[in-house]
Amino acid sequence: MGNRKQLEIITESAIEWLIRICGISAILFVFGIFFFVFREGAEFLFGGLDLWQFLTSPEWYPTSVSQKRYGVLALMAGTASVTLLSMAIAVPFGLGAAIYVSEFCGPKAKETFKIVIELLAAIPSVVWGFIGLTLMNELIITLFDAPIGLTVLNGGIILALMSVPIIVSIGEDALKAVPDSYREAAEALGSTRWQMIYRVLLPAAKNGLLAAVLLGVARAVGETMAVLMATGHAVKIPGSVLDSVRTLTATIAAELGEAPVASDHYQVLFIIGILLFTITFAVNLIADLVVKGIKEQ
Amino acid sequence: MSDAKKKKIEINNLVVKYEDKTALKGISFDVYENEILGVIGPAQSGKTSMLKVINRTIEFIPEAKAEGVVKVDGEDVMKMKNVYELRRKVGMVFPLPVGLPLSIYDNVAFAPRAAGIRNKTDLDELVERCLKQSALWDEVKDRLDSLGTKLSGGQQQRLTIARALSHQPEILCLDEFSIAVDPVTTMRIEDVLKELRSEMTIILVTNLVQQARRLANRTAFIFNGDLIEIDDNDVIFSEKPAQKMTYDYVNGNFG
Repeated sequence: MGNRKQLEIITESAIEWLIRICGISAILFVFGIFFFVFREGAEFLFGGLDLWQFLTSPEWYPTSVSQKRYGVLALMAGTASVTLLSMAIAVPFGLGAAIYVSEFCGPKAKETFKIVIELLAAIPSVVWGFIGLTLMNELIITLFDAPIGLTVLNGGIILALMSVPIIVSIGEDALKAVPDSYREAAEALGSTRWQMIYRVLLPAAKNGLLAAVLLGVARAVGETMAVLMATGHAVKIPGSVLDSVRTLTATIAAELGEAPVASDHYQVLFIIGILLFTITFAVNLIADLVVKGIKEQ
Repeated sequence: MSDAKKKKIEINNLVVKYEDKTALKGISFDVYENEILGVIGPAQSGKTSMLKVINRTIEFIPEAKAEGVVKVDGEDVMKMKNVYELRRKVGMVFPLPVGLPLSIYDNVAFAPRAAGIRNKTDLDELVERCLKQSALWDEVKDRLDSLGTKLSGGQQQRLTIARALSHQPEILCLDEFSIAVDPVTTMRIEDVLKELRSEMTIILVTNLVQQARRLANRTAFIFNGDLIEIDDNDVIFSEKPAQKMTYDYVNGNFG
C-alpha cells in the first residue's frame, strides 16, 4: 500500500512536469524564432541601417549598383492595403456566415457547410495564388478595363477568401460556446432571433469573435505565396485598388534566395522579418487591451 | 366560486411527445384570471412541458411535439403568428436562474427594448419598478452597471423574476423557482408573488407541496403525464380530495 502511494506521487509529479514543459516550450519556440531572426539582422540593424529612412522611404533598391536604398514604406503600404481590403471583405462575410451556420441553418445544412468551409481552409495558398494569377487577373482586366489584373483588389479578394474559413470556423466555435440557456432566456422574453443575436449572443461571444477576426488578420498579414502571385509585385504606394503592390512577406520570399548570406541585403530582409513580428505583436497587444477594456465596462 | 371567474388560459387535451416518450397524455384544465394556480407532482411528470407549450418555448426543443389546444385569452397559441407578443404576455421563470451576460440594468431592460421602448426615463422607471417588485432593488440600486451574472444565485433568480416582469406580462409562469434559492430568499419571493396576484395570473409549478399550499388559490396534481386532480386548495389539501392518490401525494405517502 505504501509503495503504491509513493508511485502515485511520482507519476503525478512526472505528468505535472511533462505538461509544464509542453507549456514552456511554446514560449521558448516563440523566443527562439525571434532570437534567430533578430540575430541574422542585428548587425546591420545597429550599424549601417538608417532606421528612419528604412521606415519612411518608399524606395526599395537593394541591388542597385550605384546607390542601394532600403526603404520599406511602399512594402508596408502594400501589406496594409491588401490586408485592409481583405478584412473589409472577410470580416462581415465571415462573421455573417458564422452567425448563419451557428444560429439559423438546420442541422443537416450545418454539417454540409462545416465540411465545405474546412475544405476551403485546406486549399494550399499556392492554389489560391494560381487562381489570382489566372482567373481573377482576367476577370479584373475585363471588368475594370484595367491594363493589369494583378492588383490590390486581386490580392485582397484572394486573401479574403483565404481568411473567411478561419473567421467562420473560429467564430462559429465562439458562438457555440455561448450556453443555450442564454438563447432560450432571451427568446422567452419575447425577443426576435435577431434581437437575441445582437443584444445577447454577440456581446457574450465578443472575445471569441475578436480572436476569430485577429486570426484572420494574422493570416492576411503573414500570407506570402498567394499575394506574391496575385498582387503584381511592384514596389509602389498604391493610389487605388487597381494598382499593383508588393508586400513585406512577398519581398522576403522573392529575394532571400538571391541575397548573399550576411550581406546588407540579406540582413535587411531579416529586419523586415522583425518588422512583421512587431506588427503582429502590436495587433495582438491592441486586441488584448481592447478585450480587457470591454471586460472592465 | 371558480365558475364566475374569467378564463385566462384554456388547456384542452394537451399531449406533448418527445421522440421516444410521452410527457403529457392529454390533460385539460383552465386557469382563471388573477389566481395563483399551483401545479404539483413528482419530477418527470410533465409539468415543465406544459409551461413550455403556453409560451411556445417548446419550439426550442426540436424533437418535442405538442398536440391539442392551448388558448390564451381565447386565442390558440399554436396558430398565433406573432409568437413574440405571446411571449411578452407570458413571463417565464426557469428553475435555474439565467442571468444574461449583461449589466443588471440591461438584463431588466432587455425585453422592453426588444419590444421597442427606447426612451431613457421610461426604461429607468420600468427597471426600478421591476427590481422593486422582485425585492432586489435595495441590494443592487448602487451597482446597476455591474454584470448580472456576478450576482449570487438567489439574487440572480430575483433578477430573472424582475426580467420576467419587465415586459409587463399578464401571465407569470414560475418553474420550480426555489430550486437554487435559499429559504430566506424563497420566502421573500413568495411574498412578492402574493402581491403580484392582484395584477396577473400566476402559474406556480413546484415540487414543494407546501409552497403550493401556502400560495395557490387552486392546485393541480399532475402525475406521470396525467392530470389527477385540480381543485381549490381547500379541497386538495383537505382530508378528502376527490382522488386518494392526491391525498397520498400531498401527505408524503409517496412521490
